[in-house]
Formats: sequence, structure tokens, C-alpha cells
Amino acid sequence: MEIKSPTFKDNSAEALKDVNLQKALGKVRTGFIDKRAKAAEALPEFEDLRDRARDIKDHVLDHLDLYLERYTEKVEAAGGHVHWAETAEDARNQIMEICRRLNARTVTKGKSMITEEIGLNEFFEENGVTPVETDLGEYIIQLRGEHPSHIIAPAVHVTKDQVEEEFRAKHTHLDPNRNLEEPTTLLGEARAVLRQKYFDADVGITGANFLIAETGTSIIVTNEGNGDLTQTLPKAHIVVASIEKIVPTLEDVSQILRVLARSATGQDMSVYTTFSTGPKRDDDPDGPGEYHVILLDNGRSSMLGSDYQEMLRCIRCGACMNHCPVYHAVGGHAYGWVYPGPMGAVLTPSLIGVDKSGHLPNASTFCGRCEAVCPMRIPLPKMMRHWREREFERNLNSATVRYGLGVWAYFAKRPSLYQFMTGLSMRALGLLGRTKGRFGSLPLAGGWTKYRDLPAPEGKTFQQQWAERQKTKQREAA
Amino acid sequence: MSSSPSASPRVGLFVTCLVDLFRPSVGFAAVKLMEDAGCTVEVPAAQTCCGQPAFNSGDRKDAREIAEQVIRAFEPYDYVVAPSGSCAGMLKKHYPELFEDDPQAHERAENFAEKVHELVSFLTDVLGVKSVDAAFRGSVTYHDSCSGLRELGVKDQPRKLLKTVAGLEIKEMRDPDVCCGFGGTFCVKYPDISNKIVSQKTDTVRETGAGTLLAGDLGCLMNMAGKLKREGSAIEVRHVAEVLAGMADGPAIGEKAKG
Repeated sequence: MEIKSPTFKDNSAEALKDVNLQKALGKVRTGFIDKRAKAAEALPEFEDLRDRARDIKDHVLDHLDLYLERYTEKVEAAGGHVHWAETAEDARNQIMEICRRLNARTVTKGKSMITEEIGLNEFFEENGVTPVETDLGEYIIQLRGEHPSHIIAPAVHVTKDQVEEEFRAKHTHLDPNRNLEEPTTLLGEARAVLRQKYFDADVGITGANFLIAETGTSIIVTNEGNGDLTQTLPKAHIVVASIEKIVPTLEDVSQILRVLARSATGQDMSVYTTFSTGPKRDDDPDGPGEYHVILLDNGRSSMLGSDYQEMLRCIRCGACMNHCPVYHAVGGHAYGWVYPGPMGAVLTPSLIGVDKSGHLPNASTFCGRCEAVCPMRIPLPKMMRHWREREFERNLNSATVRYGLGVWAYFAKRPSLYQFMTGLSMRALGLLGRTKGRFGSLPLAGGWTKYRDLPAPEGKTFQQQWAERQKTKQREAA
Repeated sequence: MSSSPSASPRVGLFVTCLVDLFRPSVGFAAVKLMEDAGCTVEVPAAQTCCGQPAFNSGDRKDAREIAEQVIRAFEPYDYVVAPSGSCAGMLKKHYPELFEDDPQAHERAENFAEKVHELVSFLTDVLGVKSVDAAFRGSVTYHDSCSGLRELGVKDQPRKLLKTVAGLEIKEMRDPDVCCGFGGTFCVKYPDISNKIVSQKTDTVRETGAGTLLAGDLGCLMNMAGKLKREGSAIEVRHVAEVLAGMADGPAIGEKAKG
């Protein structure tokens, strides 16, 4: 996937002007937030569960090598295969090798951000394999030739009218006069079109929400059941998952599941929670003939022991972006790569470099709402700040920013000089702004006054007035 | 050296740079509120800013030097109080973070942090103030500034005291806990996005029909006042301390002096 994060400012300017996008984003601002709040409130132990979920993942990350080995043994004992992929390219090649061996022409896919990360669909198309997205949202954006704008609601940026338009344009075999007023009719149409694809597919690919070390099981949570058909019907099921998805036991995963859906959609549980262990056994009525797991690192192991290790606790619920004022304003595509919102602002620099994605950790007001709702208690603002520190250390900020900061810091560290200078300038500014009480424009303040007035200072600074008050008091006392 | 509640606690007022430069009347309102509650308030001269511009721009070295300067100037006091959740949050939550690699300095920052409070929560939670002697004619709506709310838990305290102001009516806005789009340097680095966020905020403020918008942080207030004025709104914007101290007669933020 092409990296467009360096043009974040231009991307967001476009997004702010996009009428359909702004209409679609309205849903995020209300729907997700209210539902999560209600679900959290209805479960008295919700906050305790967040602590436990955090502790489970912290434990895993401290012993990741051990659990990965254990997991691998168990997958192989169940008749599956584990493929270690250090890079995105490794993962693509391993997947392609399996597909070639099975002469796969069509591959169905469950919703998976990790296959976005490795650019799998483009790679398939270049190699003569047809990928078919089976999640409704993913299916919609595949038709539109887009990437997801949200990690759990990939087509959240699309309005219902746009979906209808797309279906009419692409499903030309259907009656052009059919009624597509209701969202359920759109869903029904997508289902009908997709049904045959499941049977046509030679390979089914899913991601994984969790990998369980004690049993070698992969887990997906979905609301449409598409993942189950994707992984059960074809000759082979390939799970693509990153290394930090490991959880020690079934008991542990059941704890984390209790915070996942509540944080994501406000559901107690997703409609389907599917556990997959190995290929079809002799006495199973159905299931894939082969079961493969591609275990992707792609830079994550270098996050271990760094300022960003806690990011690896993320379970991809999307609560951070659902509650982010910046995401609400510009949507997910503006972030310019796979992962948007606050989690993307921390993860993207880890995976593609802060030199290419420096805007992301900077484009935050640090309002802290993401951290407040993160089920895994990931300190997202703190880690964005750590990225800003890396940028500062590496001189990646603009010369103007560094110069401005340098001048400001020089004075801020010299209180007497600071007070002398600010005393003079505030009086001048106060006099200038006296007639209106505010400025519509002011040299060097364009960033502020482009959209809002600048309130004028009252005149004398507090420090000046306080010093005068102290003098008067002393005189009165004397 | 912490005094017992019955003795007069010595409070060091951390004025904050925005109050010092733009709206000193908020500082005097803070002094009045604390003096009325029995505190002895002093204002160390060796203060400028809490260091957030450096800290949030990734300049840890300057942030640390400024933090050392603030800690040195304010260590002698029983309490350190700021009329801002954002600056108080910096002193209380982030100063210790700045010294994590130096156990001695870290302990010093931790001890300092324990004494730091945001103004309104200091009045209610530490001094036990239950009501104020003030009057205000009209309706207000209160915006929860992010740092005060999420770093320091300031939410009910200002509302509790506002309810004791004679003649004042509170009209809550939708989503008072949603960011106003200020975000320090964010608002000038990403003006387009900031503008979108503050426009949504001013919409919710207008919906209430309240005549005055209050909050506890001057950065947010200047942002929201600046936007409301640009939109031609007559809604007045003030720091909550001005109303609680009965000192809301002067011009509101961004308004000219009357007469």
C-alpha cells in the first residue's frame, strides 16, 4: 500500500472538504461512543477486566519467545503448519507459495488488517490470483478500489447512498429497478453475490484476533459469519497474524474477549467467536484440508523493550479512533497508511518509520480520551510524545518550529528577562487591542487568526500587577 | 512542613503563562478565592511557564530544565496551585516522568507533585470549600477541559461551587467532555483540523442558549472565545474562577472594556 502519511496535512484538508465523508463521520461521533459507554456501565467489573487484560498481555510480551514456541508446537501437533515471516515480503511469498501449490485462482478473505499491512490484495492481483473480500464493509471498499478507513468498520467513510450507487454500478447482472432503500437489502444483495464465491475459493484467508499458546488455536471474532465460511469451505485455511496476538490460555482469552466487543461496538460479545485448531480431522463433517499460520514480525520484535512495547497490547478494537476528535474531523484515510487514529499514530511510526509518518503523532490535541477508553490501558498520548522526542532528537522538525521553540525556551528559563520582555510586549499588545478587545489578524499569528480572533491581553501582566500590589502593601504596613 | 488545616496554609500560586500575559484578572480571582478560604497566597517571581510547549514538542531537555526551575521556586510551599488543569497536570503528572532516569530527582519531583493542585479542586477537595460568596446574573455552560478532566478528575467540583453562586443557572452542553481543539501548539500546527473541532464545540455551546461559557483553562477559553467572536456570537467567555470569586464584572475574554 502506498504510504501517503507525509501529506497528512493535504489529505486532511481534502477530507474536511469532502461532504460525503463528513456526513459519514457523523455516525462515528455518536453511535460507537454511546454504545461503548452503555456496555461499560452495564458491567460492574469492566474496569477490573481492563486491568486484567492489560496484565495478561504484559505478561505475554515479557515472555513472548516462550509462548510463541509453545504455540507453534501445539499448531503442529494439531496437524497445522507455522511459517515465520520476518517481513511483509516474506509473508506474501509464503502465502503465494501455498496458493501456487494448490493452483488457487480465487481466494476468499475474512476481514484482516494484517493483510492490509502486507499489501496482500495488490500482490495477489499482480500474480493472477483473485482476492474476494467477504466482510460487507471490506467488500464495499474493494468494489470502490479503496483501503479501510477504520480498523473494525472499514467502510465507515462511505454513506449508504454511495453503497447503493456502487452496487448498481457493479452488480450489473441484477434488475436495475430493484429496490435498495433499506440497508438490509444491501446486505442481502452482498450476501447473495458472495455466496458462490465461497464455493469457488481454493484458499480462505483470515486474520486472527488471538492465538492461544496452550492449544495452538486461532480465534476470529466477526458479526457476519463470513469468516467461518471463508475458513471452512476451501482446501486450505491460511491465518495471517502478527506475533503479539499470542495469549497463554483459553481462560486468558475469555477475559480479554469480555472487554473487546464492549469497547469496539458495545456488544457483550461479537455475534461469532470462532476457534480454529488445525485442519479438518478425519471425523470432522467439514473444514479445510490444510491449516497454515503465517506469523508476522514486520518490525514488532524491535518494539519489545522500547518506549513502544505497550503498543503491542493493542487488540484492535478501534475505541481510540471512535473517541478521537482528530479522527472525527478527518477520518481514517487522511492518516495515509494502514492504521489510523491514535493507535495508528503510535504504531505506524514503529512500522514504517517516523521520518515518513511524523505528522501522525503530532496531529493530536493530547485530549487523552483514547487512553481513557482503551481496554488495554495503552498510554497512547505518552507514546505519541515519545515519537515527538525521537523526531526532535533526529532534527526532523521544521527549522521554524525548532527556532521558535529555542527562542521561547531561552526566555522561559530566564524569569527576570522573560518578565521584562513580556511586560513590555503585553502592554503594547494590550494597547493595540484595546478598542476591540481582540485581533482579527496579527503578524506571526496567522495559524491562530485564520479561523478565530485572538483575544487581546488585558495590559499589565499579572506579575507586574502583583509586584505593585506587594509594594503598596509594604508601604501601608510601614 | 505541611500545615494542619486549621493553620493558614501557605500556597504558591503558579499563575500560568497565559493568565500572566493575557488575563491577569484570573490570577487575582484565584488569589481571592484562596485567601477567602484562609490561605496565605504568595507568587514566586521565578516562574514563567510549566514547560508544556517543550515537553509536547519532544524537547525533553528544555522541559526538564524548566521543571527544575519550577520545583526549586515552589518547593517551600505547603501547596502549589494553578488556575489550569493543563498546567497543574503537567506539574503533577508529567514532572515526575521527566526525571525517571534519576532516582533522586525523581523522588524530589514526586514529593513536589503531591503538593500540586488545580485551583477549583483544591478549593473543594483540599480546603473543603462548599460554597462561594458570589452572585452572577444569567445562565452559564461549563466545558470540561481535557487535562483537568482526564489527568486530574476535575468534573463535579466546579459545578458544585457554581451551583452556590447566587442567580446563576447552569445549562449543560452536549458532550462537555469533548476536546475544544486547542491542544497547545496543535491549534497552530494543524489549524484546519483545530478549526473543525472548535466549530463543533461552539455549535454545542450555542445550542444550550446559555449567555456565558465557562471553563478552567485559559488556552481552551481563548480558543473557544476566539471562535465564538469570529462567528459573531454574543456569548461571553470567562474563566470559572472569575465567576466563583465574584469578579466577573470586567470585560469577558476577547471583549473590549465597556463604556
